[in-house]
Amino acid sequence: MADHAKKPAIKLEGLVKRYGSGSSAVEALKGVDMEVYPGEVVGLLGPSGSGKTTLLQCLGAVIDPTAGRITLGGDVTFDDEWKISDLRELRRDRIGFIFQAPYLIPFLDATENVSLLPMLAGKPNSEATARAMDLLKVLDVAHRAGARISELSGGEAQRVAIARALANNPPIILADEPTAPLDSQRSLTVMRMLNELAAQYRTAIIVVTHDDNIIPTFKRLYRIREGKAHEEAGEGRPFS
Amino acid sequence: MINLAYRDIANGFGRYMLTSLGLGLLIGVTLTMAGVYRGMVDDARALINGSATDIWVVQRHTLGPYAESSTLHDDAWRGIVGLPGVAETGNVAYLTMQVKHREKDVRVMIAGFESGKPGEPMRLVAGRPVTRSHYEAVADVKTGFQVGDRVRIRRHEYTVVGLTSRMVSSGGDPMLFITLKDAQEVQFLKDNDAIVGDRERLAANPQFNRPGVPGLLSAVEADRFSNHNVNAILVRVASGTDARLVADTILRWKHLQAYTRTDMEQILVAKLIATSAKQIGLFLVILTVVSTAIVALTVYTMTMSKIKEIAVLKLIGAKNRVIVAMILQQALGLGVIGFVIGKTVATFWAPIFPKYVLLEMSDAGRAFVITMVICTLASILAIRAALKVSPATAIGGG
Ligand SMILES: Nc1ncnc2c1ncn2[C@@H]1O[C@H](COP(=O)(O)OP(=O)(O)OP(=O)(O)O)[C@@H](O)[C@H]1O
Ligand SMILES: [Mg+2]
Repeated sequence: MADHAKKPAIKLEGLVKRYGSGSSAVEALKGVDMEVYPGEVVGLLGPSGSGKTTLLQCLGAVIDPTAGRITLGGDVTFDDEWKISDLRELRRDRIGFIFQAPYLIPFLDATENVSLLPMLAGKPNSEATARAMDLLKVLDVAHRAGARISELSGGEAQRVAIARALANNPPIILADEPTAPLDSQRSLTVMRMLNELAAQYRTAIIVVTHDDNIIPTFKRLYRIREGKAHEEAGEGRPFS
Repeated sequence: MINLAYRDIANGFGRYMLTSLGLGLLIGVTLTMAGVYRGMVDDARALINGSATDIWVVQRHTLGPYAESSTLHDDAWRGIVGLPGVAETGNVAYLTMQVKHREKDVRVMIAGFESGKPGEPMRLVAGRPVTRSHYEAVADVKTGFQVGDRVRIRRHEYTVVGLTSRMVSSGGDPMLFITLKDAQEVQFLKDNDAIVGDRERLAANPQFNRPGVPGLLSAVEADRFSNHNVNAILVRVASGTDARLVADTILRWKHLQAYTRTDMEQILVAKLIATSAKQIGLFLVILTVVSTAIVALTVYTMTMSKIKEIAVLKLIGAKNRVIVAMILQQALGLGVIGFVIGKTVATFWAPIFPKYVLLEMSDAGRAFVITMVICTLASILAIRAALKVSPATAIGGG
């Protein structure tokens, strides 16, 4: 189980998200409590439509929750009606997103898609490009560095997207089915990488997945049922 | 920082350049329209300055000789030449008509002048001045005539002996200078058939053709079929004399209208060209509106076609300033490329126009500033749409 003596990187208290209003309203999250600690890779499971993506989007300040409280790295970023003012800076500096689809920018090449993030954070071009090249190498797509996005395979694009999520070394990474477009070998490689990253940089990582291939690697996971998150222990199978 | 505007353009370069070309042609047309107006004003100035004249004396209550018709008797100059401050006078006659050159009709303004007097064409670019008293002509180069060419004006053949430039009537017709005597004849003598007809009618009239008074018919003929009218008297004042004072004296004592150079410019530019200027002005306004609409539409479409990428940029933390800069740079880029194309095509096609097109640097400068303002205003719509899009739309949410 988690090391409760330390301060959580992510803390959710009674998080509620309601889509729409009146009779057509959908309450996707009905009071989620969750804690993720630095250096942890936590799985988030649940049937389709249970609210996994909704939860990540609330966490990542992409959509506003309806009620509850979010604390990231000790800072409250959302509390019922209130939210911090600079959401973009929060996303840029503190959160790495890996979505279900890569969402790369088609008019930039692979390297630029990654180096754009450090540049947006004010890093000099050379440093940003070097960082991007390093990450592409680690993710085994360095040979596609100058390629147009439209010329990448689904797996290559997803790995570029993962590199982008890591580019600013964020303390939190939110991954929504990151391994869906990858084969089982690459899926495990990505999971190992995320685990190494968590260990090395004390990154807190949440991975939403349906992938039976990688579920056993989690030491701890949450399962969403009826709009609430239920904590479970995982197998924590080591990477060979 | 990567230049997002440029990278996006590079991705759809052909379309962007095509739009720039379209805008450029519009800007070219706009510059040319302005040039047409400038050309008209400049033609008017050249016409006024090209005759070494300080005062135009014309028929009372008219704006002659260019803006309205004016008729004076050709001895009216005698009353003027004696006035203090007057150095020289010259009678002139103007008429616009078609002349025949190499079997083709050419529309010209014929100017009759007295040799060595104000009204004589000054800047000869080829050939020599008119030296004989009959049937020699100096033509503006815009007529297309060459030295030595034969030109038919009504019943007579004229030889082009010299060429001048920038002598164009306010209607845009190039001028053809002949002696006053020739011009008077051309102006008042009709074609052969008409003259024969008139003579026969006169001879058949028993009142004039009286056997008892042998000289009467020829005296009446001489009066009817010759002409002692001119359209204006051009006056050159002695150096050091105020043309205004001399003009006022003529106005007061001679029952004639007298215009100074400033008055004449005023008449040509403010009165004669005024309607054309308004016409051109309206055109410029329409072209500006059309250009704005085109830029706005283009920038808006360009922005909407990458609204998803803009949402992604927001999602990964790009500030509004990055997004606004991208859109604005693309809009201004359109303007700059369009302006360069417009200026280039205008410079290339201006000489082809039949009328003088004067492209002024200051107009180009003004057009550039207006283009930049237009591009900025035109991108407001796109920028608003871009700033409104939620980062959640990038991942399919709202
Ligand atoms: N923008 C939205 N507007 C209205 N309802 C939405 C919106 N997004 C999601 N929902 C609803 O909220 C619920 C949770 O959706 P969510 O996408 O979070 O599920 P999920 O667990 O990610 O599913 P999957 O495993 O299929 O990705 C669903 O009932 C969905 O229909
Ligand atoms: Mg989902």
